[in-house]
Amino acid sequence: MDIQRCRGRVLIGKPGLDGHDRGAKIIARSLRDDGFEVIYTGIRRTPEEIALTAIQEDVDAVGLSVLSGAHNELFPEVLRALHQAKGGDIPVIGGGIIPREDIQHLKELGMYEIFTTGTPVQTILNTFREATERYRQKKHKIP
Amino acid sequence: MNEHPAFVEWKERVLKKTLERFPERQKEFKTDSGLPAERLALPETPDEKYLSKIGFPGQYPFTRGVQPTMYRGRLWTMRQYAGFSSAEESNKRYRYLLEQGTTGLSVAFDLPTQIGYDSDHKLSRGEVGRVGAAIDTFDDMEALFNGIPLDKVSTSMTINSPAAILLAMYVVAAEKQGLKPAQLGGTVQNDILKEYIARGTYIFPPHPSIRLMTDIIEWCSREMPQFNTVSVSGYHIREAGSTAVQEIAFAFANACTYVEAAVSAGLNVDVFAPHMTFFFNASSDFLEEIAKFRAARRLWAKLMKERFRAKDPGAQKLRFHTQTAGYSLTAQQVDNNIVRVTLQALAAVLGGTQSLHTNSRDEAITLPTEDSVRTALRTQQIIAYESGVCNTVDPFAGSYCIENMTDRMEQEISALIGRIDAAGGMIAAIESGFVQRQIEDSSYAYQKQIESGERVVIGLNKYQESEEVSPPVFQINKFTEENQIMKLANIRAKRDNQRVRKALARLEDVARGKENVMPYIIEAVRCYTTLGEICDVLRSVFGVYEEAKGY
Amino acid sequence: MNDIDEIVKGIYLKEPRAIGRAISIIEDGDQRAGAILKQINAKSIQDSTIVGITGPIGTGKSTIINQLIAHYRTQGGRVGIVAIDPSSPVSGGALLGDRIRMMRHAMDKDVVIRSMATRGKQGGLCASAAAAVRIMICSGCNPVIIETVGVGQAEIDVVGLADITVLVLAPGAGDEIQVMKAGIIEIADIVVVNKAECPGADSLIMELENVLHQRNCAVCRVIAREAYGIENLATAIGKIDRERRKSGQFTGKRKQIRETEIIDCAIEMMRDEIRSRLQECPGNYTGDPRAIARKLIDDICVTELDMLKRKRPEVFS
Ligand code: B12
Ligand SMILES: Nc1nc2c(ncn2[C@@H]2O[C@H](COP(=O)(O)OP(=O)(O)OP(=O)(O)O)[C@@H](O)[C@H]2O)c(=O)[nH]1
Ligand SMILES: [Mg+2]
Repeated sequence: MDIQRCRGRVLIGKPGLDGHDRGAKIIARSLRDDGFEVIYTGIRRTPEEIALTAIQEDVDAVGLSVLSGAHNELFPEVLRALHQAKGGDIPVIGGGIIPREDIQHLKELGMYEIFTTGTPVQTILNTFREATERYRQKKHKIP
Repeated sequence: MNEHPAFVEWKERVLKKTLERFPERQKEFKTDSGLPAERLALPETPDEKYLSKIGFPGQYPFTRGVQPTMYRGRLWTMRQYAGFSSAEESNKRYRYLLEQGTTGLSVAFDLPTQIGYDSDHKLSRGEVGRVGAAIDTFDDMEALFNGIPLDKVSTSMTINSPAAILLAMYVVAAEKQGLKPAQLGGTVQNDILKEYIARGTYIFPPHPSIRLMTDIIEWCSREMPQFNTVSVSGYHIREAGSTAVQEIAFAFANACTYVEAAVSAGLNVDVFAPHMTFFFNASSDFLEEIAKFRAARRLWAKLMKERFRAKDPGAQKLRFHTQTAGYSLTAQQVDNNIVRVTLQALAAVLGGTQSLHTNSRDEAITLPTEDSVRTALRTQQIIAYESGVCNTVDPFAGSYCIENMTDRMEQEISALIGRIDAAGGMIAAIESGFVQRQIEDSSYAYQKQIESGERVVIGLNKYQESEEVSPPVFQINKFTEENQIMKLANIRAKRDNQRVRKALARLEDVARGKENVMPYIIEAVRCYTTLGEICDVLRSVFGVYEEAKGY
Repeated sequence: MNDIDEIVKGIYLKEPRAIGRAISIIEDGDQRAGAILKQINAKSIQDSTIVGITGPIGTGKSTIINQLIAHYRTQGGRVGIVAIDPSSPVSGGALLGDRIRMMRHAMDKDVVIRSMATRGKQGGLCASAAAAVRIMICSGCNPVIIETVGVGQAEIDVVGLADITVLVLAPGAGDEIQVMKAGIIEIADIVVVNKAECPGADSLIMELENVLHQRNCAVCRVIAREAYGIENLATAIGKIDRERRKSGQFTGKRKQIRETEIIDCAIEMMRDEIRSRLQECPGNYTGDPRAIARKLIDDICVTELDMLKRKRPEVFS
């Protein structure tokens, strides 16, 4: 079994019209340097595009970055689109400018974790490691 | 020095004229001890290097500033970028800012407006009025400036891809105030190239975008001679993660592309270049930032004189707006941000900025609340009125450290511009992803320095505190989107749709050809054609841009 | 989406989830890989055409593919793309960036795109990529396009999986010499000069025609960003495909592809076995590496033979 060779496949997406990509690109690169295979969608994607891409690429986690304030609309829509495409089990991790009040609510809707500005990248990497490892075990039926 | 012929000539030819036309703000400027504050401190015996590289303010190469008396004559414009929700609510904020002593307006539009979608477009869902004013038709523009005399208050509009349309709306809105285009001052950002590399609100591919931009420059040089037709921005490039050197180099490379385009469209450098302004970032590395501004002024003057043969000093002068560095502000211990902003603003003033936006303490958390905007504005006012740094021109000149750093920055910026020239110019360098990669590399390196602790950010990776009280978050009106969509539906129903269709058809023809689009856009705007409708026509003619991959 | 039968059924039903998961199972070397591959040897595999697109970094391969997709889609075909990017030798991670050029088709369920990293293997990549291609074909894709950066041997080998190989060059990139050295130009059936609107395109075309004149190899002038020359390219691909099918060359090539894949699989399986033996008793392996290798292979074969004898004695009786 060869699963250890790759830490995991991750999609980093930027839903909505938001153009802030500095953080998303840092996260994408950091994930690569941590051994992940990363697909970055570029800015201005619809939630459906992100979900279908995640499914085709069979990623082990989806990362979403929104700084423009539309997270309460966009994050749930990605979750919904993933669910519809039979990918409701893929962990979705968010980041950006998200007020504290919204985080709890978004996690209740199914976000795996949400990180706001100033979070050490290592903390974020650890969460991706944990989420993808769990997912890959399920994917490859490792007890 | 007092007898040196160069100094005497400057006094006679430059200073005197300025003092006659624009007397200084005070008869005398004094230190706290009552000593006179020197207008311009000079070396005892100026050498060749001083005269050629540093010189005198208001005179080529402008290292010491673009005006001979700088802030003794007039303070910089205090201009806070703001806008949210509907035109009406933004209008309220502008009036508040004017009451508090801002001296110029700076309009933020929401993302659908900046990307050319109407508020009722599918992709606008959740974004209407969220980060700026939503503008669909010129009716919204009218509401935005309701009660604000557009001939008295200078307005800067952060709009790029659809700049021609917003400018047209501005012109028609001013018409309703009884004003002619020639009476209007202000600025449109209209700096498309940095959208591809840093800011992200592009619509069309580079070449047609540059055509739109030169149409604006050409039309304004005829019809709106007081208006600044482009604000070339290094600011956003820096916020996207570049270094100070890259900030200036890429901004200048963009600016050179615009100048070339305008020249090949038949415009005279000495006529349009005085209406080109710049926009830079003031970050935390205090001394480097001061050196950066000084180096930039000198290099731009050289570029204009030597590369573009500009003769008018107005065309050689680098006039710029500055905003403090948003990316340096933290969500942790937010009050520390006030201190950061103070240092950054001070660097901008010591670097000779023409106007300034100071960020709010809650920058990293939310759109600023009214309270925190006030503190930010007060910061500028304290520097202006209490610190005394405005009493003398370019106080850091002659410091070994600053002068060496200025030279060094100029060399590095120049070398990077050379690399872009060698790569076939800025458009080619953008399309190949070269520029994006450079910025991403710097941004990644910066982040890694923070992670490793090599770069200290107080409150973030040193002297952290665990207990955080969250400051109040700015709340936008929940009904903005709904209201805006209703308003738009109303307009669509009431306007003369026949006339709209005709205007759009004409515009399409003109866009396919070579004629200036401005008059046709103005006609379309006048009959309540929406921003989205106009952009759709242009999209069908010009195509859309797809992001280049950086890494 | 974890049951093998469900996955196999899903592939034929064009379910994105099943297709994606099947490819992962194979790429990751999951034990269930064999079971899936066994069940998807459809006849249609012969009917589909596999196109390899390679060339130096940034010459516009993905942009061309993006346009080819649009072309094939207007003709009603279902298209598969396997886009391969190198893994970082340091971290093992990769940025899979080809897809960003094809996001226009993200909502089109008849465009199946899979990004893959080379995962630092000298072998094995061909096996995973070939399997991905076959899965796509079974889900109805025709053609399937493979994109690789044509710089290293692994990438060249992968392109060997294609029926037709397209080499993409662009003026001013300055890697022509490297390309010629790497020998890719010799395996190309079509050479595309992309970014033909840029200076230097004409001289590059002339140079190529000079190099290629003894060989039956088309040179296509393309401006991918404006979709110029894409029809032409598609026609050229179609023409070669028809000719080769008629002449029997197609079958020959397919046989060769199969061999590549088998050898690659075999080497990959051997590699793991050898490595684990080496790690188990490193002390046993000092001396001439060649001799040790020989002995290891003999040992492995004997063990395998023993096992087989025990499991299926009837074969040996
Ligand atoms: C840099 C910046 C810009 C740059 C963006 C450059 C670029 N290419 O990214 C420029 C100057 C272009 C810009 C423009 C605008 N900006 Co701005 N910008 C910022 C700023 C100052 C910093 C953001 C940043 O990059 N920080 C550094 C990175 C590394 O941090 P980060 O992105 O937060 O990432 C961290 C976490 O959030 C998380 N994370 C981020 N993404 C992801 C993804 C995943 C998967 C995970 C797990 C984690 C994660 O991990 C990172 C590490 O800790 C913020 C304020 C602030 N200080 O945060 C405003 C801010 C985000 N901008 C804002 C606004 C309004 C705008 C504009 C819309 C203004 C306008 N009306 O035109 C424009 C439009 C831009 C557009 N196209 O969308 C507002 C948003 C307000 C809101 N949400 O309510 C902010 C908050 C400023 C403010 N207080 O008003 N901006
Ligand atoms: N001038 C010009 N640029 C083009 C053309 N086609 C593609 N490009 C640009 O070339 C750059 C690289 O394009 P890609 O399609 O990503 O190239 P690639 O060969 O797939 O790149 P890698 O996968 O990274 O090796 C992009 O910036 C494209 O916009 C063209 O016809 N003319
Ligand atoms: Mg590619």
